[in-house]
Amino acid sequence: MTDLQTFREETRDWLEANCPQEMRKPGDVAWGGRNAQFSHPDQKTWLERMGKKGWTCPTWPSEYGGGGLSKEENKILQEEMGAIGARSPLGSFGIWMLGPALLEFANEEQKKEHLPPIVRGEVWWCQGYSEPGSGSDLASLSTKAVEDGDNYVVNGQKIWTSYADKADKIFCLVRTGPQEPKHDGISFLLIDMDQPGVTTRPITLISGKSPFCETFFDDARAPTKDLVGGLNKGWTVAKRLLEHERTMISAMGLSGGGDGSKKTKSGLAEIGKKYVGIDADQKISDKALRRKVAMHDLNSRAFGLTMQRVGEETKVGAPSPAAAMGKYYGTEHNKLRYELMLEAMGTQGVGWDGEGFSMEELAITRDWLRTKANSIEGGTSEVQLNVISKRVLGLPDK
Amino acid sequence: MALILNEEQQSLKDIAKEFLQKNAPVTHFREIRDTQNELGYDQSLWSEMVNLGWSGILIPEEYGGFDFGMVGMGSIFEEMGRTLTPSPLYSTGVLGASLLTLGGDDKQKQNYLPRIVDGSLTTALALEEGSRHSPFSISTKATKAGNGYKISGEKTFVIDGHCSNLIVVAARTEGSDDDASGITLFLVEADTDGIEITKTNMVDSRNSANIKFNDITVSSSKLLGEENNGAAILDEVLDRAQIAISAEMLGNASQAFDVTLDYLKERKQFGSVIGTFQALQHRAAEMYSELELTKSSVIAACHAVDENSNDLKRMASLAKYKAGETNHLVTNEAVQMHGGVGVTDEYDVGLYLKRARVTEQIFGNSEYHLDRYATLSEY
Repeated sequence: MTDLQTFREETRDWLEANCPQEMRKPGDVAWGGRNAQFSHPDQKTWLERMGKKGWTCPTWPSEYGGGGLSKEENKILQEEMGAIGARSPLGSFGIWMLGPALLEFANEEQKKEHLPPIVRGEVWWCQGYSEPGSGSDLASLSTKAVEDGDNYVVNGQKIWTSYADKADKIFCLVRTGPQEPKHDGISFLLIDMDQPGVTTRPITLISGKSPFCETFFDDARAPTKDLVGGLNKGWTVAKRLLEHERTMISAMGLSGGGDGSKKTKSGLAEIGKKYVGIDADQKISDKALRRKVAMHDLNSRAFGLTMQRVGEETKVGAPSPAAAMGKYYGTEHNKLRYELMLEAMGTQGVGWDGEGFSMEELAITRDWLRTKANSIEGGTSEVQLNVISKRVLGLPDK
Repeated sequence: MALILNEEQQSLKDIAKEFLQKNAPVTHFREIRDTQNELGYDQSLWSEMVNLGWSGILIPEEYGGFDFGMVGMGSIFEEMGRTLTPSPLYSTGVLGASLLTLGGDDKQKQNYLPRIVDGSLTTALALEEGSRHSPFSISTKATKAGNGYKISGEKTFVIDGHCSNLIVVAARTEGSDDDASGITLFLVEADTDGIEITKTNMVDSRNSANIKFNDITVSSSKLLGEENNGAAILDEVLDRAQIAISAEMLGNASQAFDVTLDYLKERKQFGSVIGTFQALQHRAAEMYSELELTKSSVIAACHAVDENSNDLKRMASLAKYKAGETNHLVTNEAVQMHGGVGVTDEYDVGLYLKRARVTEQIFGNSEYHLDRYATLSEY
């Protein structure tokens, strides 16, 4: 038996023994943190067991609490979890965004301090990037950090800080070099949210509730040892972290049945059949809608195959230039998917709440509104097109 | 399924690229066009392609071929799409080779396939009868007469129809005009009495012809596959035909895009290189995204042929749909972004636009494949 086969068997046995039955059903994912809340006691057990094993972050080095698995082993772990329908044990910006950046840019002491609590789900991180005056032009940010002994004193405002009202800590871009050119005066700083100098205010989106907040810093303090990647070198860290964020968001476009399974996973065709009806040949009776659904399914498939190819090209060496279009295409495609669902549903697709609409209908409507932010957050589609034209196509600035 | 080329496939593609750029650049295409070459391609160039083994790529080894698969063939077509190379590789190496391999009996395979491999036989498929692809709308009749059949009818848009030795004719032996059943395929020598071939000059100078069959006589041994069962063979052959032409269309679009990108980086107006203008940058980036999607679709479809995927039909429609849409978009934008010179014959972009529109028509345009994909997906 090869090592990988042995690993698969051991993994299967471990999951069988340790994944609670309740966690093998679909449901919400725990976010952990100092004031962790669990919708079911098994959620806590599952997180603790996986965290201890390092399998919340399977490929991170074991010295920082991670699973220390190779890519191949991680693939097996994901497959085995998928096979029993195991829920992800932990949702976390620490895992998806901060951790990879720390592994690349932080010093040893910082890695030892901050990575293990992420793995165990003990600290809930949020992201402090955008400001009211700095959206697409992120590098113009003005929240400032001034050194004062062993601390930085931070003043300013961040916006679109997801879960800031629940998070324990924030990874933040701050201006430490006001005299430097804008990209060269930014640092990447870790700040504790639990202090008098930090306040948050939730933002209501067009979809109703949202995790977004505004975050205000009034003489907030952060230890100088928590500055990552060097003074005024934060833009390099920020850019890499944005890549992780964009990868995370572009994956949303794939929820639309990229594998082309016979019953289109997007559910678009089913929704079309349900709301507009079928003709004698079992086809969606609205020919124009049927055509748009087919077009969308074909593009879902082409996009899914492209993301697969990007993965393969990256694995054999060169980072694939096609990765740059993932965020742009994925989010635009996802928006279109919801527009088509609403088109099919007619008035049932534009209800807000209360009687007359099913839970599913209301959820689709809210999700439709939420998708409008997909092509804005993490870099607008227009910014992505700039990135493609400059970095991939080599079109000049001036 | 891997979506990248293995070493062997990559090496075939590199060889094809080098060969075509050296021996058949766009100037070669222009020469064939401008001298109104009757054959429509250069015989010595075709011989060299045959020597490289290209006509036998899809043919099993037992019949002298190389059985290298559609991923390899697709790579060659992509490169030929870039250079607009005129050759009978599509009608012979894809259509003829697939028809005979998938539909022929052993005797027919022994007789014809080695001659495709060695370049002594060229073939054509006489299928369409109207102005849009409709594979089973066939009114050309084949009726039993003595020891064989008599065929009467008219075929349109027969690719390489005027320069092939062997024509595969789809004729109706039973049923009404739109029935999938009742279609039979026949192998007909081009010099058979009663065949009238009219070369049609298409906008892209690709070879095609209208062919009239005036009660021609064909012996029973020239039946390809079973009587009334032609649709099943055609179905499989058309998947391959659609995928190969999609690969050519990908090459066509990629070249039109590359040429345009170069132009954006050198053309100056208002004191700047026009590639600095965001209005053009974003359109270029969108085209790039569509090209990437098309590339993935085409290579996945090629793999689907080689792996005999049970989803091959939908993959063929995916490839032809994406290739059609993207080539349409990119060639239109290429002409527009070149401005005035884009509509001159001197610049090459117009050639890609013309080729794009003709290839769109080959075995179903994007609308056809949208409808087919939806039907195959049961909606």
